[in-house]
Amino acid sequence: MITGLTLLVSLLASRGKTLKALKIAFRKFVDISPAFLTMLILVSIVLFFFPDKAFLSYLGKDNQMKNVLFASFFGSITLAPGFIAFPLCGILLKKGVSYMVLSAFTTTLMMVGILTYPIEKEYFGLKVTVIRNIISFCIALVVALMTGIFFGEIF
Amino acid sequence: MKRNVIIKSTGIVFYLVFLSISFKFDFAPGKEIGTTFFYFLIDMLKILPFSFILIGLFEVWIKRSTVEKHLGDKSGVKGYFWAILLAGTTIGGLFVSLPIAYSLCRKGAKLSIVFTYLGASAIARIPMTVFEASFVGLKFTIIRLSISLPLVILTSIALGNYLTKNSYSIQMPDKLK
Repeated sequence: MITGLTLLVSLLASRGKTLKALKIAFRKFVDISPAFLTMLILVSIVLFFFPDKAFLSYLGKDNQMKNVLFASFFGSITLAPGFIAFPLCGILLKKGVSYMVLSAFTTTLMMVGILTYPIEKEYFGLKVTVIRNIISFCIALVVALMTGIFFGEIF
Repeated sequence: MKRNVIIKSTGIVFYLVFLSISFKFDFAPGKEIGTTFFYFLIDMLKILPFSFILIGLFEVWIKRSTVEKHLGDKSGVKGYFWAILLAGTTIGGLFVSLPIAYSLCRKGAKLSIVFTYLGASAIARIPMTVFEASFVGLKFTIIRLSISLPLVILTSIALGNYLTKNSYSIQMPDKLK
């Protein structure tokens, strides 16, 4: 909707420029679409081998640290839109999964993109992509730890 | 480089052939993979064209000097504030914020600010945050944000400085220039 409005304003302001903008948009879209396609293919294959249900069954209550690591690993390799991820978290919470584990899962899910790697590499290059994802993973672990402390789940 | 393209396209073709065979002969795993593929494809097609049109408009209308002033080397603290605000209003996920971040970069935004934007758009999108708070609880969301945002900013500054020192420049020459 916002796009429509801006487009209209732009069109009223200058036709030539708007046309140029659309051309740029189209070109950029086409240029990056192979990377998107690669990502989608990876997503479909990874989600087949690591479905949400498997994730649920792996989360025992015994070892928190193991759970956090597992959750962050799972969050890193998958990709899920928010409207699926958060209801899933709600369910997990009711099942007794700790906040710490949830935090590890959601943060890596959102920040670490192994599946968006083809796109990220295209724009920022291999090195930056790897560094950024490693940093994000560490941030997620710190956040999980702090969440655990604040909710009194560890120490 | 050329060999890469060939390998990639063969992979894609192979994948598509596999999907169509699976659907034709009722091969369950193949069908499941195909369903996920189309599900995510449609999900992205709902967002991507609009975000790319916005990027196009951005490239045409916003002057380089404007970006430099607010998000560039001399923008100071305010630049990070704008980056986070912009991130909050982004929808989608990394696949949307990556092209935006790239455009910002090319228009002269500081690297550390661009990385702040990327990180913040992953963790602090406003609609998503509201959604999260309603499912997992406000306390959880507040803790998560108040710890991860500062970390994102700090690591972005570190990464930005490191890359600037090593004279990193953005790849992929813009064919439109």
